[in-house]
Amino acid sequence: HLATSLPLPSERDHLRPRIDLIAFMIDIKSKYSLKNVEASLAHVDASFFLGKVCFLVTGVGRVNYCSVEMNAIWKLGEVYCSPVLFCELELEGIRVATAQRLLRMLQICAGHIPGVSALSFGSLMRNSDD
Amino acid sequence: MDVTVAEYIRRTVLKIPRDEIKTMLQKWGFLSETQLQTVNFHQIKENISQDVVQLCEENSADIKQAAVLDIIYNHIYPNKRVWSVYQMNKTGEETEFFDLTDFKKKFKRRLRSALKNVTINFREYEDNAVWIRIAWGTPYTKPNQYKTSYVVYHSQTPYVFISVSVLKSNLPLLCQALVVASNYHDIREMELRSHSLNSLKDIVFKRYSQNFQTYYPRPLQERNVAPESGDLRIIHENRNERERIQRVNQEVFGDGPQPKLEFAQYKLETMFKSDPKMGVLDEKEPFRCLVKFSSPHLLESLKSLAPAGMADAPLSPLLTCIPQKARNYFKIREKKGFFPGSFVSP
Repeated sequence: HLATSLPLPSERDHLRPRIDLIAFMIDIKSKYSLKNVEASLAHVDASFFLGKVCFLVTGVGRVNYCSVEMNAIWKLGEVYCSPVLFCELELEGIRVATAQRLLRMLQICAGHIPGVSALSFGSLMRNSDD
Repeated sequence: MDVTVAEYIRRTVLKIPRDEIKTMLQKWGFLSETQLQTVNFHQIKENISQDVVQLCEENSADIKQAAVLDIIYNHIYPNKRVWSVYQMNKTGEETEFFDLTDFKKKFKRRLRSALKNVTINFREYEDNAVWIRIAWGTPYTKPNQYKTSYVVYHSQTPYVFISVSVLKSNLPLLCQALVVASNYHDIREMELRSHSLNSLKDIVFKRYSQNFQTYYPRPLQERNVAPESGDLRIIHENRNERERIQRVNQEVFGDGPQPKLEFAQYKLETMFKSDPKMGVLDEKEPFRCLVKFSSPHLLESLKSLAPAGMADAPLSPLLTCIPQKARNYFKIREKKGFFPGSFVSP
């Protein structure tokens, strides 16, 4: 499900399946996108932040066009206890690899991988960041 | 043949892309077809230009013919220059019949009476467009063929497109000559500038697709909406919002391609509004600020901002009014009176 911001429109509530993972996409070239994500985070139930949220930062290939401070992104990940992934959507290889990572995370969050919970995986990812 | 003329022709030919040289020389018509056959247009441009100069020597080209080649080049590649738009005003009501010969005579006479050392060339094109090339000199020096101004005048309209050259001091003289020659009363500069001459024409002649304020009722929301084309596994939660943005965008920008502008400039002479506790700029003086938007194609990029999620729709009318107001340079002052906000000065 793709959404441009939260909260999700309520008229589709009955059509929506259970949400297992929320990936917030931040375009590093657009301050507007960071603001939008920060505003949307306020609408997320606290239980999601136990491993079911991640931040996906896109556009990292173009160093000259960075509008968003890296500090702001790290802080976001810290404050919301969620991992931060980086990718460049314009390169097919990286795009595919990132999709595979997200899919793996989704499988864990949905409970399809026995022995690994969303929370344990999330803390694993966080510790490897430091 | 004058050495300066030869050099001027050589440099003009060098500007032309190699594949276009033959066609342009044919358009020029100064060299015969048999003469053109003798030139190898596949060699490097340096050599082509030498060969062309040689042939021009045989035909004894003078500056007038060389100037015509320059006009042809600029007519085909007008986007290499920056064009400003001027509008002329008539006090009388009757529209006089436009006499081209009379126009040319009056223009030359007016210009030459103030400045003897000028080269003036005319060329007519379709659409009632008259192209004027002026090379400027000073009272003591011959005209500099590399410092030229171009004027494009559509005789059935009050609009003149001028490509400003380095010598801006000649602009008032040029404007005067235009007004006198075309039997108008005065001329004013519109705050509209761009590299794309055709886009400027589109804007002032209203040839671009405009948004018409028609009321049409929103289609009823159906519960079973047909799925969007594309991957059915992707579900867009905010489809209503996306459609709203598309609709608003279409209302504002219309359907067709936008005229091509490179800049929009806003000169702010407004008061700085801050938290009174901050105490910054408490004096009641306007905060001078210049905001400039630049892009290879400004209007298309503004049109794609909201669909790309980079701005809210609808965009500020200061940005969207550009084609309707036919200007891309604005001065914004405080509006005095009832309504707060900024006032766009004419």
